[in-house]
Amino acid sequence: MNNFDYLQPQSVSEAVDQAGTNDSNRFIAGGTNLLDLWKYDLLHPAALIDINQLPALNSITETAEGGLRLGALCTNAATAYHPLVEERYPLLSKAILAGASAQIRNMATNGGNLLQRTRCYYFYDPAVPCNKRNPGSGCPAIGGYNRMHAILGASDQCIAVFPSDMCVALAALNAVVLVTGQQGDRSIPFADFHRLPGDQPALDNTLLPGELITAIDLPPNRFATNYSYLKLRDRHSYAFALVSVATALDLDGDTIREARIALGGVAHKPWRNELAEQFLQGKAAIEANFAAAADILLQGAQGYQHNGFKIPLAKKAIIRNSLMALDPASQLPGAQPSA
Amino acid sequence: MSYPAARPVTFSVNGVSHTLSLAPWVTLLDALRERLRLTGTKKGCDHGQCGACTVLCNDQRILSCMTLAVMKQGAAITTIEGIATGDTLHPLQQAFIDHDAFQCGYCTPGQICSAIGMLREGKARTRTEVKELMSGNLCRCGANKTIIDAIMEVKESYE
Repeated sequence: MNNFDYLQPQSVSEAVDQAGTNDSNRFIAGGTNLLDLWKYDLLHPAALIDINQLPALNSITETAEGGLRLGALCTNAATAYHPLVEERYPLLSKAILAGASAQIRNMATNGGNLLQRTRCYYFYDPAVPCNKRNPGSGCPAIGGYNRMHAILGASDQCIAVFPSDMCVALAALNAVVLVTGQQGDRSIPFADFHRLPGDQPALDNTLLPGELITAIDLPPNRFATNYSYLKLRDRHSYAFALVSVATALDLDGDTIREARIALGGVAHKPWRNELAEQFLQGKAAIEANFAAAADILLQGAQGYQHNGFKIPLAKKAIIRNSLMALDPASQLPGAQPSA
Repeated sequence: MSYPAARPVTFSVNGVSHTLSLAPWVTLLDALRERLRLTGTKKGCDHGQCGACTVLCNDQRILSCMTLAVMKQGAAITTIEGIATGDTLHPLQQAFIDHDAFQCGYCTPGQICSAIGMLREGKARTRTEVKELMSGNLCRCGANKTIIDAIMEVKESYE
């Protein structure tokens, strides 16, 4: 653990300027992942830039088009329990409440959730190589113990998975990430925010150095009635997903007008395939169709020595979660399987 | 290597205002235990995985091991030492005794502070939901059943 300086900017532009003075400076909001990485000696900030005093980032407001803007500094708990989120985006509430613990959700922020690092145990162990931590050094997870690792979108350099629950729902909801930096403001569609490892596994996302997330926009939708988030893990609560599924359905009677399905715990980013969603469009909301969509979504899935179980598990989870979305009341707290 | 100077930080703990001179990297947990000698708050994993360090910050339950003390300027912190009223135990303290809700006791201060925060949040209706919303506090002795019994008794007496 290194010592570091501590800065308290009074404005967003001052925060961005402070980030620009040293590549090792880091923004801190909730700190629940950043301080953990610092304690593991994986992150060595020169200065922490405390953005908690920037009220411009700390509100949830309605957008002109009928959606919601979630401030980057709003906590996970404040977001999940916000009346407008519960009413219009209950899938997001469910996903947030399936993640972490109540204490961490009281601290962790929306912006920070997007930026959390993988929980790959080789990444956390500085005694072993890791292409994400030390590019070019190798990947012990490939050929090692890889029960928690990716089945989709991995590369021969990295098979780590992105651990967020919240982001699985944000992916399904076509959220947009608003960022600012020394080059100005940008809007990043959620599908383009996180990236696959490819030959640059050190990069989790497409933020530029020093850029700051300011908000997450949720477009209006018709998914507040039929939705479900299912999280499968080694214990019932307070554990990362082996497989998770966010399903949102817009139904016309028994016919699917529009479907969204996103997977967590299976790839370096929340996993969607629009072909699977297009397949469901106009079809009956029945098990056989959800099973066929699951096959499309899992096309190209590849297991390693210890995680091959994730492929059939994901298929069953997609089907089960789609059926639970027909009756959201069947879901238990913590996104557990229905009784 | 030159280290940034310690700086004054003022926050209240159990209703008493304290001004400490702290380096930026001192956690709230270490400030409570090492500087204020309030050792009721426990350091378990020190990585946000066990909940033993749970305290209330402005009435919300947080993990003091994952919090820098310098970030809590002006905050009102409550620890296990601050929840009784004189010699009268907090209802959760009494319920933990009545239900034998601990073995070694190491997780107990965090369990009780977390339960106070959970009851104040008002989101748990059923025992299943209480268990879910208390899952951030681990008990390695396995006293979880009586811990939830104790919390349910207090929860129901409030309702």
